Formats: sequence, C-alpha cells, structure tokens
Amino acid sequence: MSLLDSFFRRNGHEEDHSADTARERLKIIVAHERSTRNGPDYLPAMQQDIVTVVNKYVNVNPGDIHIQLDSLGDTSVLEVNVTLPG
Amino acid sequence: MAKIIVITSGKGGVGKTTTSAAFATGLAMKGFKTVVIDFDVGLRNLDLVMGCERRVVYDFINVINGEARLHQALIKDKHSENLCVLPASQTRDKDALTKEGVEAVLSDLAKDFDYIVCDSPAGIEHGAMMALYFADEAIVTTNPEISSVRDSDRILGILQSRSRRAENNLEPVKEHLLVNRYDPVRVSKGEMLDLEDVKEILAIPLLGVIPESPDVLKASNKGLPVIHLQESIAGQAYMDMVERFLGEERPHRFLEAPKPSLIQRMFGGK
Repeated sequence: MSLLDSFFRRNGHEEDHSADTARERLKIIVAHERSTRNGPDYLPAMQQDIVTVVNKYVNVNPGDIHIQLDSLGDTSVLEVNVTLPG
Repeated sequence: MAKIIVITSGKGGVGKTTTSAAFATGLAMKGFKTVVIDFDVGLRNLDLVMGCERRVVYDFINVINGEARLHQALIKDKHSENLCVLPASQTRDKDALTKEGVEAVLSDLAKDFDYIVCDSPAGIEHGAMMALYFADEAIVTTNPEISSVRDSDRILGILQSRSRRAENNLEPVKEHLLVNRYDPVRVSKGEMLDLEDVKEILAIPLLGVIPESPDVLKASNKGLPVIHLQESIAGQAYMDMVERFLGEERPHRFLEAPKPSLIQRMFGGK
C-alpha cells in the first residue's frame, strides 16, 4: 500500500462486519436451543420412533420430518410435519 | 455462612482458571477468607496459575477418599494470608468426585471460609456438573465469540435445571456474566461481537469485562494471578469485577478503542 493510499484511508483498514453475521447466527441458534431445552426427556426417542414408523410405509428423508412440541397455556401440542416425496 | 461461587463456561480455553485465580485472590485481598478449588480432575492447572504447583502433596480426591485430612491438602497462598488452594487430582479417575464427597468437603470448608470458589472444568460432564451443583452464585465466563456464547447459554440452562438449588426449588443460582478477552479495537472494526450483543443474547447481569491483554500470559508464566499486576488493564478490570461482586459501584472500563493519533492515521497504522 502506498503512502498516499494509507493517507486517504481513514483508519488504514477495511471494515469487516463479520460480527454482524455472528450476532444473527447466534440469535437464531440460541433461540432454537432454548425452545427445545425444556422439552421432556422422552422427546428425542419418540422422534426417532416416529421417523421409523413413517419410513415403514413411505421412504422419506429423516430431514423431511419435522417434529415440534409447543406449549400453549396448560396444554402441549405435538406437531409432526412430513414432506412426502413427489 | 460461606458462599459458594462456581466459575463456569461450557467451552474450554475462555479463561475460567485465570478468572478463578484472579477472583479468589481479589476476594482475599479484600480481607475475606477464601478457598479456590480445582474441579478439573486429571487436568490440574489451577496450581500452575496460582504458582503453587511444587507444593501440592495431597489433593481434593485424597480428601474425599479419606486418605488425607482437609488441612493437609489445603495450600496456603504465598501472597495472600486469607487465601487457600485445594488442588485437583492429576491421576485419579474422575468418578471419585462423588456428590456426597464433594458436599462433605464443601461443608467442612464452609466452617472456616467466607467464600468457596469452584473452578469448573470445560464441558458438561461429571466434573463440570459437580463444580456447579452446590453453587449459590455462578460467574459465567464468556469470550465474545459465537461458540463461547452458545455454550454459555447452554450452561445457564443447566444451572437453572440441574443445580442443587434448582432441584430443591430453592432460590435460583445467582448468575453473573463475565466477558473475557474483549478487544475494543476488533469490535470497532466489526470483527468481534460487541459487548451489547453478548449481553442481549445471554440476558444476565454483567459483572465485568476483562480486556484482551498480554499481561494475562505473562502473569500465568510466572504463576502470579494477574490481579496482582495493578498497572495492567486486565488486573484492574479483575479488581473492578471483585469490587462490583462485593456490592460497590464501579463503571465498566477499557471498552473503547484508543483513538489513533494523527500520525498513526496518516500512515494507516493500527
């Protein structure tokens, strides 16, 4: 870098802003992990069983089965979403 | 009544042992009888940071197993009258760290000390669980870096559900955030998470911010807790943190990048 270049660049470095990406990624993953943190202990095993049962009849990717347990007041809702192959 | 404080983080290498040594030393400098316990069974290091590695005869596991009396295993600090170190075992199986054994040692220590500082190992395995289980307060040590913040959030979840206080429906463990290795220059360039980002995501009260400083390595080289270096910004930030913990008002310092001089700006220096 020439002397003239460094003279005109205010702080002598380029702004990077990767911290913004870090912040957004963190917010998403932390929110996701908090939502599953208080789930019952049996949930992962039940998820696995549901995947096995669905696969007995239809061949789907485990990634195409979304299982979520939400609390609404004093009831809980188990939501199972399966994307079937076209 | 002794207060039990765990220094924890989830992630390794963020400065738990450095913080444990500095914090315990600071409490002792303030006149409180303090003991700092290394819970990292098999990977003992607090003794090195405290500069007492050549004086370890018996350790925490020896005391739990009844092979040594507590007073035989406690090492008196060279600098602070009020401070003792209880080293971890270097060789034994970490299963020897039983809940009953830890509880018995802690209640013995509680008779003689004002503060019991527990230096947790990294991870969420048995040693880390034992370090946090009996805690009254927790200092969650975090670097401004994504994996460290995520792991800190995980540890907060464990403190809120798996500690003795949580299991017995007592008042929850009091949580404090300590941001370590903060580099305001990199923050100003947008390369490092801002303090506000970390505070917002973890959402627990901020106890201190320790700036990145070469003095931390220099101090550990010598086996001298960095809080003894009063001319060091890291040492000063640790003392501020101790004073804040003890209820004093201290503004957070060393959060801004120093302004480059005209000459530095002209020549593009950092």
